[in-house]
Amino acid sequence: MKPQSTLTVDGQVVILAGERNLLEVIRKAHIDLPTFCYHSELSIYGACRLCMVDVEGRGLQAACSTLPEPGLIVRTQTGPIRELRKVNLELLLASGHHDCPTCGKSGTCKLQSLATRLGVTQAPYTAPRVEQPLDQSSPSLVRDPNKCVLCGDCVRFCSEIQGIGVLEFTHRGSKVTVAPAFNKSLADVDCVLCGQCAAVCPTGAITVKSDVERVYAALQDPAKTVVVQVAPAVRAALGEAFGLDDGLVMGRMVAALRRLGFQKIYDTAFAADLTVIEEATEFLKRAEGGGPLPLFTSCCPAWVKLAEQDFPELLPHLSSCRSPQQMFGSLAKDVLPGDLGVARENLVVVAIMPCTAKKFEARRAEFAVNGNPDVDFVLTTQELAAMIQDSGLAFAELAPESLDLPFGFKTGAGLIFGHSGGVSEAVLRYVAGDLGATAAGQELLQEVRGENGRKEVTVTLPDRTLRLAVVQGLANARALVAEIRAGQADFDFIEVMACPGGCIGGGGQPVAAGAGVRRRRATALRHLDTAADLHRPQENHFLQQTYAQRLGQPNGPVAHRLLHTRYASRRRIQGEGIQLSGAGAARIPVSVCVGTACYLRGSQDLLKRVMDRLGTEDGAEQVDIRATFCSEGCDRGPTVKVNGHTLHHATLDGVLDLVAAARAGSLPPQEEPPCAASH
Amino acid sequence: MSATVQDPNLAEIGRIHTAAEQRCARRVVICAGTGCMANGAMKVFQALRAETGARGIDLIIDLDYEDPGPKDALLTRSGCQGFCQMGPLLSIEPDGILYCKVKPADVAEVVQTTLVEGQLVQRLLYQDPASGTRCRGNADIPFYTRQQRTVLKACGSLDPENIREYIAGGGYHAARRAYTALTAEAVCREILASGLRGRGGGGFPTGRKWEMARIQTEPKKYIVCNGDEGDPGAFMDRSVMEGNPHAVVEGMLIAARAIGADEGYVYVRAEYPLAVARVRQAVRDAEDLGLLGEDLFGSGLGFRLQVMEGAGAFVCGEETALLASIEGKRGMPMPKPPFPAQCGLHGKPTVINNVETLATVPLILTQGAEAYRAVGTATSPGTKTFALTGHVVNTGLIEVPFGTPLRHIVFNVGGGVTGKDGQPDPHGFKAVQIGGPSGGCLTEAHLDLPMDFDSLTRIGAMVGSGGLVVMNQSTCMVQVAKFFMQFTQNESCGKCVPCREGTRQMLALLSDITEGRADATTLPLLERLARNVKIGSLCGLGKTAPNPVLSTLEHFRAEYEAHVLRKVCPSRECKALMTPEIEAGLCKGCTLCARKCPVGAIEGERRAPHRIDPDKCIRCGACVTACKFNAITGV
Repeated sequence: MKPQSTLTVDGQVVILAGERNLLEVIRKAHIDLPTFCYHSELSIYGACRLCMVDVEGRGLQAACSTLPEPGLIVRTQTGPIRELRKVNLELLLASGHHDCPTCGKSGTCKLQSLATRLGVTQAPYTAPRVEQPLDQSSPSLVRDPNKCVLCGDCVRFCSEIQGIGVLEFTHRGSKVTVAPAFNKSLADVDCVLCGQCAAVCPTGAITVKSDVERVYAALQDPAKTVVVQVAPAVRAALGEAFGLDDGLVMGRMVAALRRLGFQKIYDTAFAADLTVIEEATEFLKRAEGGGPLPLFTSCCPAWVKLAEQDFPELLPHLSSCRSPQQMFGSLAKDVLPGDLGVARENLVVVAIMPCTAKKFEARRAEFAVNGNPDVDFVLTTQELAAMIQDSGLAFAELAPESLDLPFGFKTGAGLIFGHSGGVSEAVLRYVAGDLGATAAGQELLQEVRGENGRKEVTVTLPDRTLRLAVVQGLANARALVAEIRAGQADFDFIEVMACPGGCIGGGGQPVAAGAGVRRRRATALRHLDTAADLHRPQENHFLQQTYAQRLGQPNGPVAHRLLHTRYASRRRIQGEGIQLSGAGAARIPVSVCVGTACYLRGSQDLLKRVMDRLGTEDGAEQVDIRATFCSEGCDRGPTVKVNGHTLHHATLDGVLDLVAAARAGSLPPQEEPPCAASH
Repeated sequence: MSATVQDPNLAEIGRIHTAAEQRCARRVVICAGTGCMANGAMKVFQALRAETGARGIDLIIDLDYEDPGPKDALLTRSGCQGFCQMGPLLSIEPDGILYCKVKPADVAEVVQTTLVEGQLVQRLLYQDPASGTRCRGNADIPFYTRQQRTVLKACGSLDPENIREYIAGGGYHAARRAYTALTAEAVCREILASGLRGRGGGGFPTGRKWEMARIQTEPKKYIVCNGDEGDPGAFMDRSVMEGNPHAVVEGMLIAARAIGADEGYVYVRAEYPLAVARVRQAVRDAEDLGLLGEDLFGSGLGFRLQVMEGAGAFVCGEETALLASIEGKRGMPMPKPPFPAQCGLHGKPTVINNVETLATVPLILTQGAEAYRAVGTATSPGTKTFALTGHVVNTGLIEVPFGTPLRHIVFNVGGGVTGKDGQPDPHGFKAVQIGGPSGGCLTEAHLDLPMDFDSLTRIGAMVGSGGLVVMNQSTCMVQVAKFFMQFTQNESCGKCVPCREGTRQMLALLSDITEGRADATTLPLLERLARNVKIGSLCGLGKTAPNPVLSTLEHFRAEYEAHVLRKVCPSRECKALMTPEIEAGLCKGCTLCARKCPVGAIEGERRAPHRIDPDKCIRCGACVTACKFNAITGV
């Protein structure tokens, strides 16, 4: 037998099992080395210097960026290390305006808990720092730079996991801050409001914007009837805020909501059942030749915003179905005024969501009738927990109560919407029946439910084969879109959820990072699915009743009006560039980006040289040179397009080569990226 | 890209150049280093052209390789000759004459007396302040004779924009040998055997760095030249890039051969426009001759070089931050490992060497490791360039063998310390700050310390990049520490906590000390911070940021204590601590100040000069405001 490799941590022998760094080994040895900037799902950053350990023969090293080599002798509690940790904590406490009693993060703040844990009782360093204004522009998030410890977790999450990158470091020295480009407000940049920055933020520097007071005001307004819908993922996580077992909280949550004054308590999972039927119907229609495939799901508002911003040509591929939250709101505001005898203006629909982007979604103009929104307020799981705590309710002691009918009834299909793969599985239940009955089906479902960032399955149905992709994390979505555009990937149905793990990992959930917590929440939802009486959305008899009484046929005219929507490009710069040479006739279009980033990389000069060369030589009249504005490939500029083919890091030679190829006919004209290539 | 020339005939290029140069009776060189340029060197250059033109002297500025006819003189520019204090410098060869502080108005006399009559213009010759004798040129000016210029040798005479002259002086022969006669391993071995250590500050053996990159199996590798010199008071790398850019290019070619790189970057500080232009020109000229590009010297190996301007951040001199900057990212250091030699630019093995290091490489290959080791000390072989600045008679760029005592540098090469009035002051020496914001201070006790990597490390200082700031008795060491702390605080990238927050708080504590707010807790707090910033920071910038504080505290603790406990700045530099003083000559003895003084610190007889008791004085300034005769100064 091969001897195991080991190293020693504080005298303890620890077996190495492929850990990526010393920090993981030390934590495996049950020593909770403090960190701010280490996040197992993000790149190593090495900035907080709290995980410094003494490695014999090497001195102090940051455990997060040290390779675990066999034989190392590591000490985590020497005098200098303890002093360094304390000094670091003191410096961080002195670095901003950390006002614990009034901070929304108090109690879940890592800085606060580490200061307590390490016995930091004072911050003897007093150099004041200029207070910076809050950024409250976003409907979902509040940025307070004064509480930022610059660990960069939000920066890396936004760029590495989400592929968005709206947050970056700016300035130098003690003036460093994390901010969107040019210190714009969050509302003015391409933030998709997923809230993962708030979820990873160890302090109160980025927090969920609270709508609690506005909901209280509605609850206390005698003229208003306030109803609430609760998303599936909320029940899987609310218990965490009260130290309770996940599976048991639903009934208590209903009781708490009633005590808080909500008149009707419904389940978003009802609307999720509805979404499955509408979306599956839409999909089958498209598959039969009625529309472009692949069909992308549209229940995740962060993903929808990203698609509108970055992939406008993809919008016809997005399901026209509204998200369950908005289907619910639309249906509730259509049906309940009659049922409850209340005017639409006086009916307030509140949604409890795991998600921060849902706050943004509820404000979209297309989800309102005469200015009255279908969903009036969105509270995150965190905010609901805060309301329950505020009200003094002993949550653990509440006797469970039941949801109201009809919109409180759901099948297991609606419940599993809360985790990645759930929408796909629910659609499969609708179109393919019970896959779990066979071993092959079981295997397939395991894959769909799995934790990979991108999951692919092929389902063979009697009449056709379905190729499904399930992605979580928008960087994965972006990569998949790129492959589809390049013709390297081909699917029929693609589920996209912005947050890792799907909605259970949403930015509005109680603060508790890591795959372990997400796994627990997903398991809780699957247990609820198992415990449910019905599992296929078409079996929901209240839903059948709703179709019969109000909606008519799935995808029918009424359903279309109430449950479907449209999307529009959010590209900041649209339209044609400025034509600089040639006109009409069959030509080779050459467009040089002169947006700021490309300009700084010399695109103006390149444009001039391209014009000098192409404008004077033989066949100049075949080339149509344009200067275009930002082509949104700023990090790879200068960007030039020849015959629709994009050339990044363009040089004169590169452009001339492409033009020559186009002239020779070996570079066929390419329209905007083809998504419909496969069908 | 121009068409590549296959294996250029270096000997032939050199022969043609030398022949053309020998057709010129004289060579007049104007120093075009930044210091001389700032003092009007180019005006002298133009005046010379005009004057010689008017007198019908056949003075050319471009060598004509075709024209076989003799010429009176060749006028060229050179890189920094180092004697910046005396610029603009004008030298005439083969006469061996060096004229100092030459102004356009002097040109007519120089032309008439020297170029026409062959005589010396005595008043423009350097006068040795010690002996009072006039020196003819480099051969007898102590500033030069007491140095050993090897890396800088060509900087003073070579036309940096003429590749053929570089070749004629033996240039690119070492690169040719590396590509045609040596294996990659042999090149690494030679550099390792020479004991060459990195000049960027750390002193890591260059050969080991190369070998680490050479053994990486990844086919794509990079060479990066770190020209982001940014220490206050340091300009060695700038001078080399401006004065001998081809030595850097050749050094990179050899390094590329050694590790198997086919692509390289010269990362030059954007604030060095002349260096950027000269290196760019050098790269273009080398490309035109086929010394950069594909199939170098017929070896089948290629190397392409790009010049990149820095983004104005000091931290980009740190190698991982520099790589991030080249990749177009924010210049922030990354934790090591992985080391750049394993995973550097674009994730590929990358060797990053300092300008001076690379410029030394061709020398080593030319003269051999053994000859190189003959100079300097056993563990720090070779010579080192230093930028000598501050309160010293001869400021400028110097080069001495490693191990040279500090005393020799300051007093023999530097010509001694200047006092507050700018005149030589034999008792003025207080300290030398070495290595800029990362280094420490050396005191009287260190004057006989050999200047090499290990001796300096042993006493808690470092060679650093080679900045030497001489300080006289009027310098407040707390202010020195504060100056460098302000610098590192401004230039910290802000990534890691100890550097970003620690330097901020250290700066605040130093301000407390210089502004009279410090108390008994200040120094212990400052030391605690310094200790932890040093061990806790992510990169070299933070790890060395406390050095100026720690070393001034070690050597000048009494001065700190005077500030803290007695609220006195012994060097009288900290304004907030200055005690007002009555100048006896101006005081009329009107007693007004004594009456205004709230603490009774002023005494004196009526109509006789008054006196302020510094121990009683609370530095409120009331007396200064009260005095009608401007006799009280100092608050």
